[in-house]
Amino acid sequence: MRRLIRLFLVLAPIGAILFWLITRPSPLPADALAGLVADPAHGEQVFWAGGCASCHMAKGATGDQMLSLGGGQRFASPFGTFIAPNISNDPDQGIGRWSTQDLANAMLRGVSPKGAHYYPIFPYASYAKATPQDVVDLRAYLAGLPAVATPSAAHEVGFPFNIRRSLGIWKYLYFNTDWVVTGDLTPEQTRGRYLVESLGHCAECHTPRDALGGWDRTRWLGGAAIPGMPKGRFPNITPGKLDWSEADIAEYLSSGFTPNYDSAGGHMALVVTNFAHLAAEDRAAVAAYLKKVPPVTP
Amino acid sequence: MKKLLMALTAGALMTGSASFALDLNDPEEIVTARHGYMLMMAMSLAPLGAMAKGQAPYDAAQAKTAAGNLAALASLDAAMVWVDGTDAATTEDSFALPEAFANPDLRAEKQAALKAAAIELASAAGSDVAALKTGMAAVGAACSDCHKLYRKPESE
Repeated sequence: MRRLIRLFLVLAPIGAILFWLITRPSPLPADALAGLVADPAHGEQVFWAGGCASCHMAKGATGDQMLSLGGGQRFASPFGTFIAPNISNDPDQGIGRWSTQDLANAMLRGVSPKGAHYYPIFPYASYAKATPQDVVDLRAYLAGLPAVATPSAAHEVGFPFNIRRSLGIWKYLYFNTDWVVTGDLTPEQTRGRYLVESLGHCAECHTPRDALGGWDRTRWLGGAAIPGMPKGRFPNITPGKLDWSEADIAEYLSSGFTPNYDSAGGHMALVVTNFAHLAAEDRAAVAAYLKKVPPVTP
Repeated sequence: MKKLLMALTAGALMTGSASFALDLNDPEEIVTARHGYMLMMAMSLAPLGAMAKGQAPYDAAQAKTAAGNLAALASLDAAMVWVDGTDAATTEDSFALPEAFANPDLRAEKQAALKAAAIELASAAGSDVAALKTGMAAVGAACSDCHKLYRKPESE
C-alpha cells in the first residue's frame, strides 16, 4: 500500500507535467505573417471557398444577409450542441478588434486570441493547411463586412468536453497538416486538393470519424453519419461511389444540379451557393481532385 | 348462366376501372402531381445542362425551346400541388417538410424568384453557351433556395 502511494506520488506529477505539455495551446510564431500584403479582393474568394457564411450567418440568410456574420446557428454533435459565434466586424461582440495574427492563430492553429483551444467544430483541422497569404487576404475582406451587435452564445457542452484545455489531447491525437492525397498531381488536381482538403473543408462532413471525433483517413471522403440524425448519411464522394463525370461535378458546384437535374439540398445547397462565387477553373479543379481520391467501397 | 357471367364481367370491369380513377383530393395523388411537376422541370433542364457541360453541342434553337418550356412550367400557379396535408409527416412518398405549407406567401415568393430566373434563362439561352451557363446557375440557385428550406434530406 505504501509502495502504491509512493508510486502515485511519483507518477502523478509526471502525468500532470505531460498533460500540461500535451494540452498547451501552440500559437504561431510572432513573425509568421511577416512581409505578407493583404489583397481584400482575393480575400473574398477565400471567404467563399472557406464557406465562412454558411455557419456564421443567420439561419436561412440569402443574398447580402449572408455577409452579416452574427452567428447563432446551432450544431448538434455527440459531444453537445455548439453555437456559431459572432465573427462580424463588431468590435465588442464580433472580431472587429482582431489582428491578422489572431485570425491566423484561429484558423491555422485553432487557438483563440486569449490562448484557449477552439472546439474542432470550427474546421481548423482543415483550415490549418491554408496558406498564410490566404488568411491575410481573408482578414482584410472580413474587415469590410457589416458589424452585428448580437453577443455570441455559450456552447451547450457537458463535462468533460467543456474543459477547453482537454482539447489539447484531441489536437495531439488528430491535428495533422499533411495532405491526405499525395503522389503525382497535376497543377489542377493540386489546386483542387487545396480547395477540398483545406479551405472547402469537405472532409468535415464527408469523412467518417472515430468515437473521439478524429477522422478515419483510410476512408477519406468515404461518407459519414449525420450527427443527431438517425437516418441519412453524408454521401461517399470518392470514385468508389460517385460516378459523375468531372463536368457533372463542376456543374453541380455551380448550379446545384445533379446529372438528373435534381438539385442540392441541406447543407450542401449552402456549399453550392459558396462555390458558385468561385472561378469555373476552381470548380473544375475540385472535380479533378475528387477523381484522384482513393475509392472507398460503400 | 349467361346473365350471371355478364354481371360478373361488368362487376369486374367496374372494380377494375375504379382503381384507375383519379381522386384529385387524395394526398398521394397530389404528391405524385408535385413530383411530376418537378420532373418536367428537370426534363426541360436536361438538354440545357448537357450543352452547358459540353456533353452536347450548343444548339440555339433547341436551347430556346427547352428554356421556354422551363419558363412556362415555372410560371404556373403551383399552389394546386402544394395542398395542406401532403407533407412528409403525413404522406408516405412526400419529401416536403411541413415548413413548405406553413407560410404560403414565402413559398410563392420563392416560386416567383424561380419564374424570374427561368424567364431570364429563356431570353438568354438562344444567344450563346456562356449566357446559357450564367442563366443555368441562377435557375439552379432558385431551385436549391427552395429545396434548402422545404425538402427533407434524402438518405444516401
